[in-house]
Amino acid sequence: MKSLLAPGHRGCAGCCDAMAAKFTLMAAGEDCIVVSPTGCLEVMTTPYPESSWGVPFIHSLFENNAAVASGIEAALKSKGEMGNTKIIAMGGDGATLDIGMRSVSGAFERGHDFTFVCIDNEAYMNTGVQRSAATPFAASTTTSPSGKVSFGNIRPKKNMPAIIAAHGSPYVATTSIGYPKDMIRKVKTAVDVEGPTYVHAHSPCTTGWGFDTSKTVEVAKMAVETCLWPLYEMEDGEITKVKKIKNPKPVEDYLKMQRRFKHLFTKEGGDEFIKQIQALADENIVKFGLQ
Amino acid sequence: MQRDFEKDKKNMVVVEGSYAVASAVKSCRPNVISAYPITPQTHIVEDLSQFMADGAIPNCEYINVESEFSALSALVGSSAAGARSYSATTSQGLELMHEVLFNVSGMRLPVVMTVVNRAVSAPINIWNDHQDSISQRDTGWIQLYAEDTQEISDMTAQAFKIAEDPEILLPVMTCMDGFILSHVYEPVVLLEDDIVAEYLPPFEPEFKLDPKNPKTFGAFADPNSYTEFRYLQQQAMDKALKKIEDAAAEFYDLFGRHYGGLIDTYETDDADIILMAMGSIVGTIKDAIDKLRAKGVKVGLLKVRSFRPFPVEAIRNVVKDAKVVVALDKNISIGLNEGALFTETKASLYNTKIDVPVIGFMIGHGGRDIPTGTIENIIDEAKKVIDSGITVESQFTDLKEELL
Amino acid sequence: MTIPLGGVCAPGSTLVNKTGGWRTFKPVFDYDKCIKCKLCELLCPDMSVDPRDDGFFEFNYDFCKGCGICANECPKDAIEMVLEEK
Repeated sequence: MKSLLAPGHRGCAGCCDAMAAKFTLMAAGEDCIVVSPTGCLEVMTTPYPESSWGVPFIHSLFENNAAVASGIEAALKSKGEMGNTKIIAMGGDGATLDIGMRSVSGAFERGHDFTFVCIDNEAYMNTGVQRSAATPFAASTTTSPSGKVSFGNIRPKKNMPAIIAAHGSPYVATTSIGYPKDMIRKVKTAVDVEGPTYVHAHSPCTTGWGFDTSKTVEVAKMAVETCLWPLYEMEDGEITKVKKIKNPKPVEDYLKMQRRFKHLFTKEGGDEFIKQIQALADENIVKFGLQ
Repeated sequence: MQRDFEKDKKNMVVVEGSYAVASAVKSCRPNVISAYPITPQTHIVEDLSQFMADGAIPNCEYINVESEFSALSALVGSSAAGARSYSATTSQGLELMHEVLFNVSGMRLPVVMTVVNRAVSAPINIWNDHQDSISQRDTGWIQLYAEDTQEISDMTAQAFKIAEDPEILLPVMTCMDGFILSHVYEPVVLLEDDIVAEYLPPFEPEFKLDPKNPKTFGAFADPNSYTEFRYLQQQAMDKALKKIEDAAAEFYDLFGRHYGGLIDTYETDDADIILMAMGSIVGTIKDAIDKLRAKGVKVGLLKVRSFRPFPVEAIRNVVKDAKVVVALDKNISIGLNEGALFTETKASLYNTKIDVPVIGFMIGHGGRDIPTGTIENIIDEAKKVIDSGITVESQFTDLKEELL
Repeated sequence: MTIPLGGVCAPGSTLVNKTGGWRTFKPVFDYDKCIKCKLCELLCPDMSVDPRDDGFFEFNYDFCKGCGICANECPKDAIEMVLEEK
């Protein structure tokens, strides 16, 4: 199958954004319109006069892609051109959980028929790995660095899927680029469900997280296997499907693969933070019934 | 102004200015309206909402967005998808849109937006001045200012025609003074759907978001091409100078009303003193002129209708033989102590053979009343300039010294 | 090339940008081990694994950046990363 995302884009070797976009397009097919905020994905795929996109694509600003998607949906509806066209807003975690939160909330509340795919690589990668609301506990970023009195980011990830579900979204799913078939199936489900739907894709970034370019998928899988990133689906606010993890791996297996958690293994007192991260994984096991 | 009042009288209805605008928007057949309520723009969006509720605007979606930022952002999407797109806002709402304003014009999306001019906080103030739209003058939008409710209604159709012209493709702000025009009830002729249909062709852009012809919008431009993007915007503004005149002339042919193109003039032919202004203050100035002309004072008015593009040539032609020019500004560049019309008029005359003194008055900020007497006082100051030259180049009007 | 209004771009036009030059290691197939599972094609972030008529795949070295995800994930170790010789 010829990809609707062309090569020649400027993403890093092993780029998670390119994979997330590719899988999304595999799910949605040709008859879709993609909206992207400012960020790695937009910059690497659309340097004028080039574009990697084989579907109609629009980038406006950093914080407004859900609003732009709302307008596209309204335009197609008003002109009777909606047909079976899928409208997909893709955004990184910063554009979704932080700066774009208002526009995302508005679009979901209004009930536009579109799908939002959050490509969550847990920091502002395009600007050089600064902390976002999706940065996990104890991760070192350039604005939440570890230091003499710091073990990195002090807050856990904002629970965006729950926030979206609370808007009354008929379909909310978490997925991971480490599980392409899972992601493709969930995006396909999301675009086929009428109304505003949401897919939150965990997307390890080789550059920002500090792992070899060949390990993007391996790291993504380890997040799921340690129960730090549970995969589940919600229909009308209720969790209906969960990917079970029979034998969860210890969180160290995930953390030690990444430079952003290195301080937890090299600094005195780091083991306490690892214990707290393990507790987060253990909570997930109970909360989502992962076993 | 050219208008057959006798003919228009038969068709006049007494409505609020906001209603006249909403009705004009309806007649222009928009596909997407996206707006967030803010005083004193609210009546426009309420009237449009009622039209939607009554099924009076076919093939249209109204998006009740959660902010002005999203109001205009939604129109980025809708306009790029080929929909005729409209919004209305004011003051804080327009300032919140600032980033999106550049985006709309840079992407060459012909959105039309009514700005119901209001002062900007702090201190918070809901009354009229022009600080809101003037502070957005460099965002690449065409800016037109209306003097009364009939003009803002008529201007709405002209705005879509100018914006959507394939040679222009720039967004247009139509500016009306908050409360003074938006909330006043006056006799107006509402735009007639059938004549608007003749005047305004359907919006059919060359490129739109379409899975059958999948183009990319909003690519980033590096130093190799960014300059040329800006140049092309300026070139479109230059072309708009004529299109604005044409749109007004064509409107006159079909509707029989003409409020000026880039500018309008009143008693300027033999005027020694020419006042320049934008918006509803124009009516007050005309009253003052009538009064002073009766006393033999040679005073006239240059109404600036298009602030962007700025009508440099048109202004030069009108003021070249005057003895003094007075620019009245409902805005200030804090730190320069000048209003924008004053600064830009001076700049338009510099490096030319025209040698006429220009003075500026900042007036009517935050809704401060502008009685005819104030205009007369300003004209008295202008007379002194003719006699003895400029003493104060630019100043606040009617300052209350007791508050300072 | 003149700028179309608003800078609209043609689809798939990054194909002019050959990213193969970024590579340090190049992936090489061992077709004896390959089971045609298509995982490499699916995962490649640079769409540089092309199907052949015989069901096997080949790398498009014009675009492959040499990230090594294909080799790392191959269930049969049928892809080797070999140092580029420049």
